[in-house]
Amino acid sequence: MSIIVKDLVHIYGEGTPYESLALDKVSMEVADGEFAGLIGHTGSGKSTLVQHMNGILKPKSGQIFVNGVDITAKGVRLTEIRRKIGLLFQYPEYQLFEETVYKDIAFGPSNLGISGDELDARVREAMATVGLDFATFAERSPFELSGGQKRKAAIAGVIAMKPEALILDEPTAGLDPKSQADVFDMMNKIREENKIIMILISHNMGDVARMCDKIFVMEKGKIVLEGAPDEVFSQGEFLKSRGLGLPPTAELIHMMRESGAKLAETPLTIDAAVEMIDDYMSERELGRPGASV
Amino acid sequence: MIRDITIGQYYPGESWVHKLDPRLKIIVTLIFIISLFFIRDFVGYSIAVAAVWITIGISKVPLRFILRGLKAIFMIIIFTFALNMFMTGGTVLVKIGFLTVTYEGLYRAFFMALRLVLLIIGSSLLTLTTKPVKLTDGIERLLNPFKRIGLPAHELAMMMTIALRFIPTLLEETDKIMKAQMARGADFESGSIFKRAKNMIPILVPLFISAFRIAQELAMAMEARCYRGGEGRTKLHELKFKKRDLAAAILTCLFLALIIVVRLKGG
Repeated sequence: MSIIVKDLVHIYGEGTPYESLALDKVSMEVADGEFAGLIGHTGSGKSTLVQHMNGILKPKSGQIFVNGVDITAKGVRLTEIRRKIGLLFQYPEYQLFEETVYKDIAFGPSNLGISGDELDARVREAMATVGLDFATFAERSPFELSGGQKRKAAIAGVIAMKPEALILDEPTAGLDPKSQADVFDMMNKIREENKIIMILISHNMGDVARMCDKIFVMEKGKIVLEGAPDEVFSQGEFLKSRGLGLPPTAELIHMMRESGAKLAETPLTIDAAVEMIDDYMSERELGRPGASV
Repeated sequence: MIRDITIGQYYPGESWVHKLDPRLKIIVTLIFIISLFFIRDFVGYSIAVAAVWITIGISKVPLRFILRGLKAIFMIIIFTFALNMFMTGGTVLVKIGFLTVTYEGLYRAFFMALRLVLLIIGSSLLTLTTKPVKLTDGIERLLNPFKRIGLPAHELAMMMTIALRFIPTLLEETDKIMKAQMARGADFESGSIFKRAKNMIPILVPLFISAFRIAQELAMAMEARCYRGGEGRTKLHELKFKKRDLAAAILTCLFLALIIVVRLKGG
């Protein structure tokens, strides 16, 4: 499985006074098993980009290859693509509609023609993955759940379709810290068990730095920077001039550099940062004997 | 897909037509619509078409944007045309089976369709060149005299403002929900009518829930800012009758006079 985007252009409201260029020749590549992060300002085109990947939006020009097949070509079966690529929208709890959580999670897979025992097994499995207890929640109305539980039920609805690539558009927005941690645990679990492509859109730089193999930075419909997390987040000035933040650890190192500390690398985890600062401090003390005590 | 609906839409601009007092624009539109029913002959229609043409020209709203609004009522226009063409008696022009086309029928069908088109264009020009807020402001002021007989003018106008304000929001919401359900494999484009209607449930339920949520949030936000209705409420933008409004009013009177003269002479 791979997703390759080539020169994608999308214009909203073409021919109206509200016309706007949402994607401006975007090209990107996500290889098999990779976890890609997509960051950028609100309105930079992140959501528009991922909505093209399963054929929900049609591009003005450009191509998208899923596993080598051009999904923008005519005659492509969209249900097949939507089975392969699961897309979780922002605030997915607003798409819940069934009488029970069970039925709602079963909606996706049954649209794919799955029924009977297979369907039941999928719903149970999806609920277990997101951490919703089957006995407690299966027969409850999705509308009487808490915010975090609703989010989990909505995520289960996408997971139950067993996609070969999973795209998550701000899956933790508006959740409390506990639920956020649950969602990230769940993402790690899915990744470890299935080794599928995952694409995460997020405003939380710490999460993106920790989870992703590769990061794309978008601005005004273009990808302006891409690379491994430490490469991307070592460009502190670049990201800040564009109104984007850094992960807390990178932020700290960035500030230390600004006040004259000579630090080469950009650590992305707290442990790595502690180690680095520790090394730096002891080096400094060795270099200036007599300064201590 | 759903963004193509233009009825009631505003086309931003700074033209002379845009700047007119909304009260005047509402009255002018009403006069225009009524005058359309006075017209009986070719000369009258020419005057009306010319008036609309000039107004569109001044408003700087692109013609294709206005015509797009006609798409929605295309079927009605065709139906009216066909009905008038086949159902009017008179001198027979063509006869196909049980259908006869008469000279009078063709004449009448053409003018009926034209009247319908002018009606739609005339009224959509009002909404295209007037911001919804200004429009309802104008309606409120025009309804003010009826307050004395118990008409809640401000409340009606506020309800209209809210309704107009939330059309795009609800369209956007529908679009979002449709996309989300499509991502879950829902199909809205195939199957029998019955099946298609059933397929709308995954959109309608979340949409209704959203609408209630939005209504509740709006009510709370209005209350938090001490909204309590029309009594003693001041306006940010007071409506003022300016010179250009007077000019437009005179032009409208001339138009109406011309239509009446043509009608009297022709009739």
